[in-house]
Amino acid sequence: MPGFDFSNYNRNAALHARGVPLPKATSTGTTIVGCIFEGGVVIAADTRATSGPIVADKNCEKLHYISPNIWCAGAGTAADTEFTTALISSQLELHSLSTGRKPRVVTCMTMLKQHLFRYQGHIGAYLVVAGVDPTGTHLFTVHAHGSTDKLPYVTMGSGSLAAMSVFETQWKPQLTQDEAVALCSEAIQSGIFNDLGSGSNVDVAIITDKKTTLKRNYIKPNERVPKLKSYIFKRGTTAVLNEKIIRKEDLGNFVSVHELAVEETGDKMEVDA
Amino acid sequence: MSSPFSINGGACVAMVGKDCVAIACDLRLGLQALTVSNNFPKIFQYGDNVFLGLTGLATDLSTVSDLFRYKVNMYRLREERNIAPKTFANLPFICGFDSIGCIDFAADFIVSGTATDQLYGMCESLWEPNLAPEDLFETISQALMSAVDRDALSGWGAYVYIIEKDKVTKRLLKGRQD
Repeated sequence: MPGFDFSNYNRNAALHARGVPLPKATSTGTTIVGCIFEGGVVIAADTRATSGPIVADKNCEKLHYISPNIWCAGAGTAADTEFTTALISSQLELHSLSTGRKPRVVTCMTMLKQHLFRYQGHIGAYLVVAGVDPTGTHLFTVHAHGSTDKLPYVTMGSGSLAAMSVFETQWKPQLTQDEAVALCSEAIQSGIFNDLGSGSNVDVAIITDKKTTLKRNYIKPNERVPKLKSYIFKRGTTAVLNEKIIRKEDLGNFVSVHELAVEETGDKMEVDA
Repeated sequence: MSSPFSINGGACVAMVGKDCVAIACDLRLGLQALTVSNNFPKIFQYGDNVFLGLTGLATDLSTVSDLFRYKVNMYRLREERNIAPKTFANLPFICGFDSIGCIDFAADFIVSGTATDQLYGMCESLWEPNLAPEDLFETISQALMSAVDRDALSGWGAYVYIIEKDKVTKRLLKGRQD
């Protein structure tokens, strides 16, 4: 993979020092959690994406596919979580094809941390990696600088404190699948309602040795109330100076094809036999 | 000194309707507070019904739109078909990108430019599901016009494209020239 180009780094730092603001990237001021239960692991996320104080996407997907049995929840810079997980997913698929084995969660976590460490935190991906492989059930967090944790329950993102408070009061060993799903969605909802960077809906992924179940918008506690009145404008409200309609069947009128007679010349283009 | 994203100004918005989508942009090109041109469209066409709206630094709009034209042409020559993926060909679809490539798959509307905050407010209140092409035109036009009237760096007229399965309608709107 090609590296970053740092040739403008000093210029940008100087510009920033003189008051030029940094470009606004979409970030997932986020609540993401994960929790191991008897026979599998569950991860969950909220669905709000922000750009500064503006809500950029009210229902984005923060649960990323790595392999059928490994999924990843992402917080931090949205583009970085998206592309880092896609890159590792691709590498892991090739790795599993060449080894002929199912991908392992530790492999995925190691590849992620080595990739992120190499970029010294400039790739702003904060991830919760979860999965079930032939060696068992695993749950990790990976920070943008490359450090990792292995714990029975984890939270990340700006809502991590709100979510962790739920785990610290309600978590117990040997949870059932239903209990783990309920606990994780409770933790996400705590982030949705108490953290300004998190909001909208709860997405949940349940991974067992048998199968993975992705529950998109598992809980929708913030549905928009339908408008009581219609605010459609009367047709003709907007003043139009000029109108052009292009129909698909009309496209032929703009393009005509003429077959040209082939000129016989001495030299012919060399072609492979 | 100002951010490259707000030197030239500009606004862009896209909306989903019933069996149609709309995309619209303002026409201003400025240098900070000085308006240089009132005919600088920010929507580019890359196929029968594939449109891209760009806002930000004008020099980058030219570079990026030309680069995409080159890439789309190369794609068409190589693949011997239009860029529109078959699955999307008959499906109204819009999405947005931030400046480093994060995709926003929206079911309702996408906004960009210096009038982003205003557009979010207008779209959030005016947009509703299943608007017919004629109604979608009024909604997107009024949303854009009201938004750019509250942004000093955008405005000076607007282009609105209504994209349907069998036709594309391009309209030039009458907007304030101040």
